[in-house]
Amino acid sequence: MEGLLNNEVIVLTLVIGVYLGSVLIYKKSRIALLHPVPLCIGVLILILTLTHTDYATFKKGSRMIDFMLGPAVVALGLILYEQYEHVKKNISSILISIFAGALGGILTVGGIAWLFGANKTMIETLLPKSVTTPIAIGISQRFGGIPALTAVIVVLVGVFGGIIGPYVLKKLGVESRVARGLAMGSGAHGLGMTRAIELGAVEGAISGLAIVLMGLMTAILIPILNFIADLF
Amino acid sequence: MPGVFIILLMLLLGNGLSSAINGIIPGSVIGMVLLFLALLLKIVKPETIRRPAGYLINHMSLFFIPAGVGLMNAWDMISSNWAAIIVSSSVSTVVVLAVVGLVQQKLEKK
Repeated sequence: MEGLLNNEVIVLTLVIGVYLGSVLIYKKSRIALLHPVPLCIGVLILILTLTHTDYATFKKGSRMIDFMLGPAVVALGLILYEQYEHVKKNISSILISIFAGALGGILTVGGIAWLFGANKTMIETLLPKSVTTPIAIGISQRFGGIPALTAVIVVLVGVFGGIIGPYVLKKLGVESRVARGLAMGSGAHGLGMTRAIELGAVEGAISGLAIVLMGLMTAILIPILNFIADLF
Repeated sequence: MPGVFIILLMLLLGNGLSSAINGIIPGSVIGMVLLFLALLLKIVKPETIRRPAGYLINHMSLFFIPAGVGLMNAWDMISSNWAAIIVSSSVSTVVVLAVVGLVQQKLEKK
């Protein structure tokens, strides 16, 4: 069995097959915790463990899929452009609120993890947790985090934020549709967007913009905050 | 095909700029901003990239599966930090939701 996973075609077919199966299970069950990403990752880890395949071998075989992450992030520029045309007049308030959210999010996640005694690797793994996975992976990697753990934390944050988001916003009396969409997209990225679409079309569209801006803002803020933290 | 070329070109330029600034911002994120600017300045038509971009965005979750499987090498990290991970991530998520929602609503009412 071990030898088989050295073959790129087999690995690619396996990954895409397990992914499609996970998407199908998620769609049929509609259970947020059965999100296709953790499910697919779990099944693949199980298969690798059972066949005694190490991660390095799998990584080599699946690098074509991994390569697509870069172009996919670039493609988000189209979302940014399409949404920008709609919200031009609100853009300054949107930038301010996402900046505040990104800063607050990074400081609380880093601060609390630090209080728990987490080391630098763990903190860098956690910092981009509110950002859409492909961008989060890039940030985590650059500053010495564990990209794989970041990816999984990001998805769990999305599930959690997607579920509690609408209740938090209701409790706080946030009624503006733009504000609700922005909060869902920046707090819970892709999964927040799925919930935001259920709240309404405006919320859904705005949350897409929020995901991209949150990614951009965090990518700029983390190096700055790291630099400041290193001074002490 | 021209759309695929444009996306790869933006990634290439983004990677170049990223190494010029010592990689502090990922090349793909810079490429995303370059694509946005190219669309805004009408250098690139949205129609040209709509199909490949739509494909990439729709299947985004598939693309980070290989990175996520690396979790199999991170068990030690998780078992020694699980409380820190759960508490910091969930508190911080509520903070992001609350801050963005409240600040935006406040600014709109002005």
